[in-house]
Amino acid sequence: MTSRTSAGVRRHGDGPLLRALASVPALTYLVILMAIPLALVIAYAFLTAGRFGGVQGPVTLDNITRMFQPLYLEILVSSVVNAGIATAFAFLIGFPAALVITRLSPTWQTAALVAVVLPFWTNFLIRTYAWIVLLNREGFLSDGLELVGLGPVEFLYTRQAIILGLTYAYIPLMVLPIYASLQRLDPQLLEAAQNLGAGPWRRFRTVLLPLTLPGIITGCLFVFIPSLGNFVIPELLGGGNSQMIGNLIRDQFLKSRDWPFGSALSLMVLALLVIIVMLQASASRRTRKWGA
Amino acid sequence: MMTRALRTTPLWILYAFLYIPIAVVVFMSFNASDSPYTWTGFSLQWYPALLQDADIMGGLRTTLIVAVGTTIISVILGTLLAFALERYFPSRFLDAAAAAPAVMPDIMLAVGLLAFYTLVGFTLGPVSVILAHSVFGIAFVAAVVRVRLSGLDPSLEEASRDLGASSLKTFWSVTLPGIRPAILAGALLAFTLSLDEFTVAYFTASPADPTLPIVIYSSVRFGVTPQVNALATLLLLVSFVAVLLAQRTARLSDSLRGRNT
Repeated sequence: MTSRTSAGVRRHGDGPLLRALASVPALTYLVILMAIPLALVIAYAFLTAGRFGGVQGPVTLDNITRMFQPLYLEILVSSVVNAGIATAFAFLIGFPAALVITRLSPTWQTAALVAVVLPFWTNFLIRTYAWIVLLNREGFLSDGLELVGLGPVEFLYTRQAIILGLTYAYIPLMVLPIYASLQRLDPQLLEAAQNLGAGPWRRFRTVLLPLTLPGIITGCLFVFIPSLGNFVIPELLGGGNSQMIGNLIRDQFLKSRDWPFGSALSLMVLALLVIIVMLQASASRRTRKWGA
Repeated sequence: MMTRALRTTPLWILYAFLYIPIAVVVFMSFNASDSPYTWTGFSLQWYPALLQDADIMGGLRTTLIVAVGTTIISVILGTLLAFALERYFPSRFLDAAAAAPAVMPDIMLAVGLLAFYTLVGFTLGPVSVILAHSVFGIAFVAAVVRVRLSGLDPSLEEASRDLGASSLKTFWSVTLPGIRPAILAGALLAFTLSLDEFTVAYFTASPADPTLPIVIYSSVRFGVTPQVNALATLLLLVSFVAVLLAQRTARLSDSLRGRNT
């Protein structure tokens, strides 16, 4: 990959002017509409809310300390816990499924992957909405339980419903990277472990898990990160009484119009993200060492 | 036979989990009853009813304008970005920057763009949503196109230049045809992405001119209606077709595999 790229740089005959003309517009676009907005959020986190919305001086750390008030801290913690549990469920369902896919014939592998990704590309609201239809007191699940004498039960507007919704929304993002790292795994390693007498659990724990850890961590990140900032699922499936960071951020920006505090909360999400990405980087370095 | 079925069980569990909720919505869209939960008989009445709903039709119009605008910007800038990343200025930093919109929590970009538009006094409306959606769109198009670009045989372009074609001529008649399937797939993805995107649109659209997902959100907050089931079914159909087409044209799964390594 690297050698091909460097060869491409040497070989393609495009002059410096053409290269600049091709590269500048897209990069400028991303600077103006991604980098600057993110920088604004970071800057606003240290400013004071204006009386009629917007921001003003002086520079302050009040927004940061305010996040650690029990009311907000509780929401932060429960958001991390909800997103964490959803990630764990996505892994428990996604890892075995990814393993099955790698054992299919190449044609079926493609088809199986497309079938996993397909729901992810459909409307996220509709997929969340589908669970309202299923989980409602008058819905299918409750009706089913009523038939066997266990219902009616209200599944909707519970914390479990939120976790279920998050798992459902992002599980395709868990399967893809795990599949990718499983595919690169040398099957002989597993055979060797088996020949040396390792049982299934031992093979999983000592060969499969450590060697596919980078893919697993990437998958977990892909589920955890969007789960953490989500505000639609807590609102639609959790009802009004269960909030997550996303709901807080949304309310600060669109309802209370306290942009600095909303920005501070966004910054918290970003900080959590950076910490986790750094953990991932160090873990994948370690795995590469084991692999070599 | 039995053991084979048993071995694939985890995959079937995943598929059941993914598709049963979707299937229920599609099924209930053909329900004759006013109640969105109880099945009383088959009917197609909710589909023509969509055409009578001013909110939904208005949302549809806005969404189509936004999705088409996003697709145009994303395809042009995303393809250029693919060249910059793959050939002109390959660097790890640029790679990370270009992938950022796809992995960043969408709410961060949403509030950042709202703050930015307010700061520069940009009026919210379809254009502000197009510009916002294109941030994602460019990243996805670039990811799909660069995979194809890296697989392109460089000797074809060399031959073209050795035969005296200019850089632009070579690009137009050799490189572009080579990456056309990827560009097409990227366009379909950008279109679907924009069509279905909610969070960023929610923060950057004008309240007077909401996109379709925002209309759905507002109506779902007040309860489930049979119209929403019908609308959901149609949107699912559009997304499924677009993604399957993209997959066919560019072997999308390959680029997905490439992107997530």
